[in-house]
This record gives sequence, C-alpha cells and structure tokens, in this order.
Amino acid sequence: MRSKRLLPNILRVAFLCVVASFVLAPMLATALGGFKTNAEIRTNAFALPESWNFEFYAAIAADPAFWRYLGNSLIVSVATVALTLFVGAAAAYVFAQIRFFGSRMLFSYLLLGLMFPFATAILPLFIKVRDIGLLDTYWAVILPQTAFGLSLAILLFRTFFEQLPKELFEAAYIDGCGYVRFFWRFTLPLSTPILATVGVFVFVQSWNNFLLPLVVLNSREVFTWPLGMMQFRGEYVTEWNRTLAFVTLTILPAIVFFLAAQKYIVAGLTGGAVKG
Amino acid sequence: MQTTPAARRLPLGERLRRGMRSGRLTAIALLLPPALILFTLFVILPLTESGYYAFFDWNGYGQPTDYVGLRNFEQMMGHSAFQTAAGNTLKIVAVSLFLQMPLALLLALMIYRRTPTNALFRLVFFVPYILAEVAAGLIWSFVFDGNYGVTASIAQSLGVDSFFILANRDWAFVAVMTVIVWKYFGFHMMIYIAALQGVSEDLIEAARIEGARRVQIVRYVQVPMIKPAIVVSAFFAIIGALQVFDVIIPLTNGGPSNSTHTIVTYLYTFGLTRLRIGFGSAVGVVLFLVAVLVAVFYQRFAMKRAET
Repeated sequence: MRSKRLLPNILRVAFLCVVASFVLAPMLATALGGFKTNAEIRTNAFALPESWNFEFYAAIAADPAFWRYLGNSLIVSVATVALTLFVGAAAAYVFAQIRFFGSRMLFSYLLLGLMFPFATAILPLFIKVRDIGLLDTYWAVILPQTAFGLSLAILLFRTFFEQLPKELFEAAYIDGCGYVRFFWRFTLPLSTPILATVGVFVFVQSWNNFLLPLVVLNSREVFTWPLGMMQFRGEYVTEWNRTLAFVTLTILPAIVFFLAAQKYIVAGLTGGAVKG
Repeated sequence: MQTTPAARRLPLGERLRRGMRSGRLTAIALLLPPALILFTLFVILPLTESGYYAFFDWNGYGQPTDYVGLRNFEQMMGHSAFQTAAGNTLKIVAVSLFLQMPLALLLALMIYRRTPTNALFRLVFFVPYILAEVAAGLIWSFVFDGNYGVTASIAQSLGVDSFFILANRDWAFVAVMTVIVWKYFGFHMMIYIAALQGVSEDLIEAARIEGARRVQIVRYVQVPMIKPAIVVSAFFAIIGALQVFDVIIPLTNGGPSNSTHTIVTYLYTFGLTRLRIGFGSAVGVVLFLVAVLVAVFYQRFAMKRAET
C-alpha cells in the first residue's frame, strides 16, 4: 500500500466501523440485556452487565414451551423444504425433459406466483384453510408455504435440469430406463447443488415466516417460534430482560446456521430475479 | 429434450406406444399434478376468490351474499388510515431507493475485494438480513423503548426527559424506516458485491492507466457495469416495500393512531382481525394490482434498458 493511499484507507475503515457498530449495537444490547436486571437495563442498556445473571437464560432454556416452539418451527420448515423440493423438482423435470401440448402454458401458469406478494391472498387463504379443516395444524402452514415457494423452485430447477447432459438420457433410454426412473436415478442425484440452494432458501423463509402462522395458528401447542416469541413478549411486558434472553436464544442458532449457508441464500435470492 | 427424434417421425399409434414404454405419459401424469394441485388450491384459487369476495360485505361465515359493488373499494380509498398506509409504503420505497441503495453501493465499493477484513465486514453487514423480521422488530422496539432502551440511556446521559419515539405520531415511522434500512441494506450490498466482483480488473486497470481517478472509475466504469444488478435490487426494494408487515407488528402494531400502517398491516388489522373478509380482500386486490403493475413495468422497461 502506497503511503498516498493510507489516509483514504483509514477513513474507509473508520466509516466501515461506524456502520458495523450501527449494525451490531442493537444485537449486542439484546444479548447482554438478557444477563441484566431490569433496573440495570434501565440505566445502562449498552454496557457489560455489572453482574452476570444467568437465571433468565436458564429459565427460558428450562421452559418446555420454548423448546416446543422451536420444535414446531423445525417440523414445519423441514416438511416445507421436503415437499417443495420433491413436488417442485418433479414438475420442473417434466418441463425440462418432456415436450408436450400445453407445457409452456402450464409452466407460465406455475410461475405466476413470482408476480405478487404472499399477503394479497391471505384472507381467502385463511377461509380456504379453515374450510378444509386444517386450521391450527402444521399443514395449514406447510401446504400454502410450499405452494407459494413452488414458482421460484420450479424456475430454478428447470434451468438446472436443462443444463444436464442430454446424452445421458439418450443412453439410459436405449437401456430401457423410462422417464420416471431416470428422474429418480439420475436427475435428482446430479442436482444436489440446486437442491441445496432452493432447500436452504425455502428453509430460511419458512423458519422466519410470521404472517401465515399468525393467521392460521391459534393454539400455543402448534405455535412456531416467532409466534411464541410475540406471545412471550406479551406475557412479560415489563420484564425486558426475559424477552431479550428469549430473543437471543432463538436467533443465535439461526444466525450460525444462516451465516454458514449464506452462499445458498444469496444465490436463491438473486437467481429468481435475474431469470424472471 | 423431447421424445427421441426417431419417435417423432413415426405414426401416431406407434408414437403413443413408444411413449407408454418409456413412461412418457406416466411421467407427466405422475410428476406434474402435485405441483399443479397445490399451486391452484393455495395460490390461484385464493387469489381469484379475493377478486370475488372484494365485492361483498362478508364476515367469513356461511356464503358471501351481501353484494355491495364497489363500496369496499370506496370505503378503503376514503379511509384516512389507508391513505396513510399507502403513503408510508411509498416512503419506504423512497428511503430504499435514495438512502438504502446508495449506502449499500458505497459499502459494496469499499469491501467488494476479497480480503479477510472485507470478508468480516461483509459478514457483519449481512447479519441483520438473516434475522427474522419479527426478531428485528422486537430488538428495535427495545432500543426505542423510552423507559428501558437505548433511547432511555441516551436521554439520561444527556439529562433530558426520556422520549417515546414509537409513540410519537411524527417520529414513529422514521423509527420504522431506520429499522428497515438496518435490516435490508446488507442484502442490497451483497447483490452489488457479487456484480462488482464480476467486473473485469483489466477494465479498471486500463481506466487507471488512462489517468482516471478513483471516483471517475466508480462513476464511469464500475457503476455502469453493474447496472443490471442495481435494477434488480431496486425491484426487490419496491416489491419488498409492498410486503412490509413483520417488523411493524412488534414495533408499533400500526399505531399510534394508525400512523405507521403499511398496506399489509392495514389489510391484517382492518380485514382479518375484524373479520371483514370482503373489505380485506379488496385491499388484497389493490395490493395485487400494484404488484403486477410494478412487475410488468419492470419487465417492459427497466430490465430491457439495463440489458442494452
């Protein structure tokens, strides 16, 4: 680095540090707040706690409701991912591999979901889920989430499947391997990169989803963690330290997982828009 | 890929028989319907139904019978809370385009090169985006809490009376927008970084040899080269603004006196919690039309122009 560039570089790093503290301060205050008494939070929201109280964290970790919320979220998210990958890949395979009358029209039809926000149809969706009798079940979240995730999944899958070597299918075909078997035996195993991308992306969306569970889940037994968190906040309105501990414990594993998988998240987010 | 070329030249009967053997029809009949059924049932049907319910006064029980024509739409347009909500949504778009995206671009230009320090900053700036929106809203509602939060600490150290920014009609939405910028600038930054890393170093080097200064390189080389990425991120900013919901609920829940609603929180509050399905559907229809308009406009103009 030439000395001429030293000053700009210092300014650059200083600016980055300012932004970084703007980003981190609220989260740090949250994590530390879980160790403080409410009186201390009141006078000193930012600093390290005078004495580290582990009781609030411990109380939440010992609360079966907390683990149930996380468990519910996990069940819903894993099921959504599995269903989206399977159903989406199957449809995308047909579009990529088989040309038939109406295939382009059906493909465009399934991509309509990319056009509008989820919230536009939330009220009729609520009625529909209620009339089918799914209200207050995991399915009430899983099925609509899958349906809304299908558009992007099918778009990304089809693009990927089309790039697989065609000779492979011709060889398999001559050996008597049909379409469905080829899908199972070759397409899916060869597509792990795109399956991972879509899978992680769908998982994150499901894990963080708030509006849909809020509308279709009523009882605490099936609450996902965002609902549980809001419920908890409502119960301990005046005790910020408990709420902060709760928030910290729920977002910590997510941050670790998501940072590890950020490559896939960004790929999923940008992939859809660039192609669409 | 399709049926093998040989199969296409054969007569229909033979083609069908081949088709059966390779499982072509079976594949279509087996693999396509699950997606079609799920999508139709939970996306398309609710969407068309909202276009139908919107013309009824209906509480969601029994069948909608009380046809009211355009009254739901008229009521919504005349409702001051809806006007505020629509205005707020526009404010979010404006802040995203003119504050968040420039900030993201500036940061991206600072840290797009692959060095360990840059990687660390990139990671830090991306964390808010990864957080669930509700969690982000809750964290910031603590920060803004005049009794406990960071505002309380600041007020105390300045020796002034504490202020409750989220309860203030004039300032609550400024607070909301702060949270939105905090939460999403890292996402836009990531898009720019990916694009900037794709700009050839030779091009920049050539400009430098020609005597271009850093600012000029940014202005005339890098920014034009990543224009498609900027167009895409602007699209996300607009579509994202139309959907803001999760952060508002823990922060202000639309208050004080309905001053911080967005279109979706408005839909939720006045449609669902009051079980006015018809009215809420009308809001949904408006939201849908706006989203489609944005998407079509974008495909027609912005994306095309960015490509040329």
